[in-house]
Order: sequence, then structure tokens, then C-alpha cells
Amino acid sequence: MTLVAERPVRETAPAAPKRRRRPVLPYLLIAPTLLTTAYLLVYPLVRNVVISLQEFGLPQLVRGDAKFVGFANYVRVLNDPEFWGVVRRTLWFTAINVVLIMVLSTLVALLLVRLGRWLRFLVMGGLVLTWATPVIAATTVFQWLFQSRLGVVNWALVELGFEQYRDYTWFADGEATFGILVTLIVWQSVPFAALSLYAAMTTVPQELYEAARIDGAGAWRVFSTITFPMLRAMFGLITCLEVIWVVKAFVQIWVISQGGPGQATTTLPVYAFQVAQSLQRYDLGAAVSMLMVLLLVLALLAYFRQLYRQEQEA
Amino acid sequence: MIGRISRTTAALVVFVVSVFPVYWMVLTAFKPTRDIQSATPTFFPTSITFEHFGTAVAAKGFFSFWRNSLLVAGGAVLLALLVALLAAFAVARLRWKGRKAFVLMVFVAQMTPWEALLIPIYVIARDTGMLDTLWMLTLVYFMMTLPFTIVTLRGFLAAIPVDLEEAAQVDGCSRGEAFRKVVFPLLAPGLLATSLFGFITAWNEFAFANVLIIKNQDDRTLPVWLSSFQNTFGTDWGATMAASTLFMVPVLLIFVVLQGRVTTGIVGGAVKG
Repeated sequence: MTLVAERPVRETAPAAPKRRRRPVLPYLLIAPTLLTTAYLLVYPLVRNVVISLQEFGLPQLVRGDAKFVGFANYVRVLNDPEFWGVVRRTLWFTAINVVLIMVLSTLVALLLVRLGRWLRFLVMGGLVLTWATPVIAATTVFQWLFQSRLGVVNWALVELGFEQYRDYTWFADGEATFGILVTLIVWQSVPFAALSLYAAMTTVPQELYEAARIDGAGAWRVFSTITFPMLRAMFGLITCLEVIWVVKAFVQIWVISQGGPGQATTTLPVYAFQVAQSLQRYDLGAAVSMLMVLLLVLALLAYFRQLYRQEQEA
Repeated sequence: MIGRISRTTAALVVFVVSVFPVYWMVLTAFKPTRDIQSATPTFFPTSITFEHFGTAVAAKGFFSFWRNSLLVAGGAVLLALLVALLAAFAVARLRWKGRKAFVLMVFVAQMTPWEALLIPIYVIARDTGMLDTLWMLTLVYFMMTLPFTIVTLRGFLAAIPVDLEEAAQVDGCSRGEAFRKVVFPLLAPGLLATSLFGFITAWNEFAFANVLIIKNQDDRTLPVWLSSFQNTFGTDWGATMAASTLFMVPVLLIFVVLQGRVTTGIVGGAVKG
């Protein structure tokens, strides 16, 4: 009875015909987004391409009469051994960071699954605290931790018997600074990856684990035959995101070392900024950053493929 | 038994490693200078001083840097909410040609490598006389948070049943009234969560603040000021850590407010602090 009575009301609901009469509304609603995106995102990107094709130094910045020079900037950058050194360093930096982040996060996530309620809350609370720490606060604290004379790291190393670390100046040595930056980025990135992986792991049906255990499978076997294959898309997704974030990492490096000492910690974004800001070669800097975007697009395409797969599986 | 002990140990190690830097920052901020400079560090508070916080607050320009950061982050978030709410409504509630393409555009915009846009945005700001203004910074932060705001608001909106709105319209509300009286109150928690995440992004941003505010040092924001702590505090690590702690407090408060939502937010993969 009620069902029959309700139907005609639905059909004559005022919303439906209104939608057909005013198809302009949705476009009015998205207009602000489109306009601001065009001016604040698309235009800068296009401008970057344009600058990279011009001769654009300080005089052109002041006078505004830059001339097009074709691909001269790209040719110059690509023929510069320094650039390739930076690319190699960026790839190396990314590989070390991402491998460490993924391995540690997986271990932490596996640990979280196995912990009792209180310990799990404790560890998750700690992870969220790390995750919440602003990059600038973290870089400042790390400079204090590794300070040469009063830093707690040097104190601990000396206590452990490594006498050579007494008053050791970490930031004067290229490899040491590189190591500190890796530590900082891994420390900041693990919480996100670990908590996401943990959340994904809780969705794996318990029966699968029980069945594996009855069959006598060890921890590694359970992980490699159940957990990892079930969550392959999630692992792929997070790996892609971490690759993108590490390649782009600028603030940590710029604030702690400005790419130094020497060139020891100059990765692509730092290099692009150095060339533009310190040498005032905006054209070359723009070309370098376009090449970086190209590299990131590769990672992004992989990310979107994973995202698509993830949606398919979910 | 052995498994349990090693798990507990591992858990404690993870906890200590993740918490220690922040703990050390706060501890140093409260430590008397003689404790900070002693050869053997103390790991637990023995005596507490507020002296370093006093030094940090008394530093030249401290309050204007706070005001600048608040203005820029707050302005960016409000703008983003306004613009995103309109777009999110169009995406979640209306059917129109090009909707899928628009959503895809938002997703792509969310992945913008902003680090690669430092140079053109500097040049554009210079050409338009926007260099050294907080306006430019606000606009950049607005654009940084906009895609994420649209995506999350669309999610929150989609979770509110259309039936509610239609029922209100059947009862004689106009479409605008139905949105204001029925949807908006339900959306408020989502708006709050989204805007707070956007606020954190803008609050923490360093690269553009560093490039766009050059001449007028009073217009700097907190991250830029903090990054040059050696100019302000020299080797006064107590004051530096106090300033860092103060800078982190609003972010921490926001995380506490959002505690329940934090995990869902990160699983969505939409944000990273």
C-alpha cells in the first residue's frame, strides 16, 4: 500500500526537471576552480616551459625582453656532466630512501598487527606524533641532535666507545650530511607508510592466516604467499607515492645543507633552485625543473595505474 | 613467550625512535641552559624553566611572523573551502557533461610537483608586483590545498544521502535552502577536518615563503624565520627548541582534534604532513 502511494511523489519530485532546465549550474559551480587553476597552476607550468625555451637571466627578468632560443638550454643542461651527477645522486638518494622506508614500514605494520591493544595504541600514537611533526621543526631538531659539541648523538656514540665522534662535525662531511638527510626523510615517511600498510593488512581475512598456520607455514612464508600478494596494489601505491615525495624533497635538504657541503646533497629540485636563484640563470633552472617533472610524470603514471588497480580490487 | 618479549621490545624500540626527536625538542626547550650545555645530557626533566620560551617570544618580529602565518594559512583555507564547496557540490550532486574529466583534472592537480614551479611563480609574482606580499603566498597556498579540499569534500558530500535533500525539497524548501538547512549541518565535521588539514599544509610550507618574501623581512612566515634560527638565536639551542615547540603546538592541537579522522585520512592517501 505505502509503496504504491510513494511512487508518484518520487516521480514528480522537483529536483529532476530543474536539473534538465538549467544545465548551466554545474559549469557555474566549477568556474571558480577552473579559473583559479588556470591562473595559478596551468599558467605557471606553461610559463616554466616558456622560460626554459628562452634566454632568461637577471637582465631579462628586469627588462622583460627575453628572446626564444629553442632548445639551447636543454642542450646545455644535458651536456653538462654536473647535471648527470645530480641525476645520479637523485636516483641513488631516492632508491636508498624508498627501500628503507618500505622495508621499515612493512616491518612496523607487521609488528602492529601482532601487538596487543595497549602496545599497539602506544606505537600508533608515537607514529602519529612523528607524522604530525612539521618538516621545519624536524629539520631544526635534527640539527640539534647531530650538533657537534652538545649534540646527543655524538654523546651517545662516544659513550658506546666510538671516541672519534667526540665533537664530530657531521655537517662538514658530505656523506655524513647525506646520511642525516636520509635518516630524517625515512623517519618522517615511515609513519604514513606503516599506518597505511597496517590498515590494509587488517583487511586480509583471518581464515587465510589460520589455514596457512595449520599447514605449518612460517612467518616469511605467510608474508610472501598471503599478505604481500593480497596487498600488492597497496604496496605499489605507497611505493609510488614515496618515490614521488623523495624525488621532490626540497625543504629538508635546502634548510639543512643547501645542497652542500660541496655538491654532496644536491638533488634535482635543489639543483634547479640553486641554478635559478644563486646563478640567476632562470632559463637553465626552468629546464632542469622541466626535466625533473618528466621524471616525476613517469612515477605518476605508475601511481595512477596502481590507483586504478586498487579501485578495481576494492 | 620469547616471541612475545621480542615483540614488546620491538614495539618499545619503534616507539622510542619515533618519539625521541620530538621529546628531545620539548625537553631541551624546558631545560635550564646549564643542563643543555653540560657534558652529560639529562634525559628526564630535573628542573624546568620557561626562560627559553621567554627568549623566543621576545625575539624581534615573533608576533608578526605568527600573525603572517595565521593570516596566510587561514586565508588560503577559507578561499579553498569556498571554491571547493561549489565544485564538490557540482561533482557529487549533479550530472553533467565533462564531470569525469573534471574529476581527473582535480586528481592530477593534486599531484602537482610544486617544487618545479618555484621559478615561474617567482617570475610571475615579480612581473605582477606581487613579490613580497602575503597575498601571493595566500594564493599559492590556496591552490596547493584546493584539489585535496575538493576531493575530500566530494567524499563527505557523497556520504550524505540525496534523499534527505529531496525530502526537504518535497517539504517546500528551495534547492539552496535544502542545502543550507539539511546538508550543511551534516557536512560541518567534514568541512572542519578538511580545512584543518589544509591549514597544516599552509602552516608548514617553506619553499614558496622563502622565495616570495625577500625584501620585506617583517612579512616572513614562521617556517622561514625558524629555518634561519642561527641568525636569531645563534647557538642558543634552548630558545631554538622553544621556538620549534611553539611552532608545532597548533599542528599538534589539530591532530588531537582530528584523532579519529587521522587514520582514515592517511589511508585515503590524500595528505602527508
